[in-house]
Amino acid sequence: MSEILQYLISGIGIGTIYALIATGFCLTYNTSGIINFAQGEFVMLGGMLTVGLSQVPGLSMNAAVAISIALTALIGVAVERIAIRPARGAGLTTLIIITIGVSFVIKALTGAVTKDEFVLPALPGPNTHLFMGASIPAQTVWIICIGAAIVIGLWLFLKYTLIGTTLRAMAENRQAVSNLGVESETLPALSFALSAAIGAAAGVLITPITQMSWLKGTELGLKGFCGAVLGGMGSIPGAVIGGLLVGIAETTGSALFSGYKEVIAFSLVLAVLYTKPQGIMGGRL
Amino acid sequence: MKATLLLVVFLFLPCLVFMGNHTYYLSLMTMGSMYAIVALSLNLLLGYTGQISLCHAAFYGIGAYAAAMAGVNFSLNPWIGLAAAVICPALVAFVVGFPTVRLREHYLAMATLGIGMIVYAVLRADPFGATGGPGGIFAIPPLAVPGYAISSDVSRHVTVSLVLIAVFILCRSVVGSRFGSLMQAIHESQNAVVSLGIDVNMVKLKVFVASAALAGLAGGLYSYCSPLAYINPDDAASVMLSVKFIVMVVIGGTMSLAGGIAGAFAITWLPELLRAASGKVPMVNPADLEAVIYGAVLIATLIYAPGGLFRIGGHRA
Repeated sequence: MSEILQYLISGIGIGTIYALIATGFCLTYNTSGIINFAQGEFVMLGGMLTVGLSQVPGLSMNAAVAISIALTALIGVAVERIAIRPARGAGLTTLIIITIGVSFVIKALTGAVTKDEFVLPALPGPNTHLFMGASIPAQTVWIICIGAAIVIGLWLFLKYTLIGTTLRAMAENRQAVSNLGVESETLPALSFALSAAIGAAAGVLITPITQMSWLKGTELGLKGFCGAVLGGMGSIPGAVIGGLLVGIAETTGSALFSGYKEVIAFSLVLAVLYTKPQGIMGGRL
Repeated sequence: MKATLLLVVFLFLPCLVFMGNHTYYLSLMTMGSMYAIVALSLNLLLGYTGQISLCHAAFYGIGAYAAAMAGVNFSLNPWIGLAAAVICPALVAFVVGFPTVRLREHYLAMATLGIGMIVYAVLRADPFGATGGPGGIFAIPPLAVPGYAISSDVSRHVTVSLVLIAVFILCRSVVGSRFGSLMQAIHESQNAVVSLGIDVNMVKLKVFVASAALAGLAGGLYSYCSPLAYINPDDAASVMLSVKFIVMVVIGGTMSLAGGIAGAFAITWLPELLRAASGKVPMVNPADLEAVIYGAVLIATLIYAPGGLFRIGGHRA
């Protein structure tokens, strides 16, 4: 019993990360209609930039985190400006290949700086909580709390601010929003900034647990995408549930077949794509 | 016909030029020919039919491993190994293709990426001790005709080049056939083809399987005809390699078979140029920038020259 609970807890921890990444996919999908294959690289950048900045003398950890998230958001805007916007009107497959190109540029530039694996110190707290015989590392508690705060904050932003409402309207009908005279040039950039920032935050949170290297982005992005598809592409509550499910399935699955963790995770991606491409919560926020 | 002749000259001239001391450059040409076969196969799928595949390195890798395992683990005649290199990836593509070809655009991209990552992970995990894990398979025997082993640089290059020319002619006839028009019609408007009562998924499945078989053939040649006689998952089946194949097709020009071949040779020579530049650039090692260049070239080509950089012959997209 306590063993099952243990897997469930670490699954929810990693699942929260996937949920954040999935949320990022939804944001850019809703405003620009494309799936950003470089989403996982934002996660990697969040972790790697924090690692780099934390080594700058005189810079506190909090400042390093804040700066790296802000930098990643800026990179998100740059990606939209340089690579996505000039290609608007091209076919979806073309846009997909462009975002793959973006992901390679980001990944390989990071790899040119360093190919090592890094770890960040875990957030402060008692080493482990005990809950019905299962231990919960403090970092997992932090991940779940911060992840929940980010999602709730995003939801409030989308629901109760004018910009947020416009973003939701774009998800419904981009043409109508532009017909109403809304300056829709800045909104896709904003959604890229937001999703990059959320991805970066996820990267900062996961680095103390799984370590971070230049190669980690693709894998994290693919699993986040799986969560987004499972939840119904474009739905933020769906993305959260989907991400959590992917995390739980991955940890329990790899407990059963050790050594084939990646194979299990990606088989899950395929199973979702093949059986439920419209997702369990088809529809949008 | 003109394009075929040009290809023949392009492939066989280096034999004469590099025959003496420059066998290294000749083996690079051989590598380019193998990649060109994959570029042709991917062009059928991505260029003409408009279906993305991020798992072509997986088919190439399955072909390479099928050939290597036939030669090393089972000590079979390499020609049987080469047949296995075509059949195994085609079978895998047939099985995974059934659900995969139904998907479109980003779902298709993610599914094929997933397939690519699974194949790579399985090859690395060394199932039943058959694939040698991350270390790969060593000492793969060469191809042989009665009384002669194809193990010199020139004979290997001639063999691969002959296969490339055959595949080029095959692909040209497919593209020009009625089936080829159907492929391009799916690219233009899948819904229009569906409305004609044609089973679109069956057409896409056929292209997917044929494309995987050709990629596997190239992989098999890689096992038998590379001077190293050695394969590993990173060189033969990584997702990076799949993207490399896409770069070849895109910069060469989707829907241009000759362009794809040119793209393949350009991408094969790029790491050599970067190696030549190493030490001459401050701060970074140019070899690390290989993937940056792939990415940047992809983005720039698709934005500014969507028809490809080497549009030689072929149809307008």
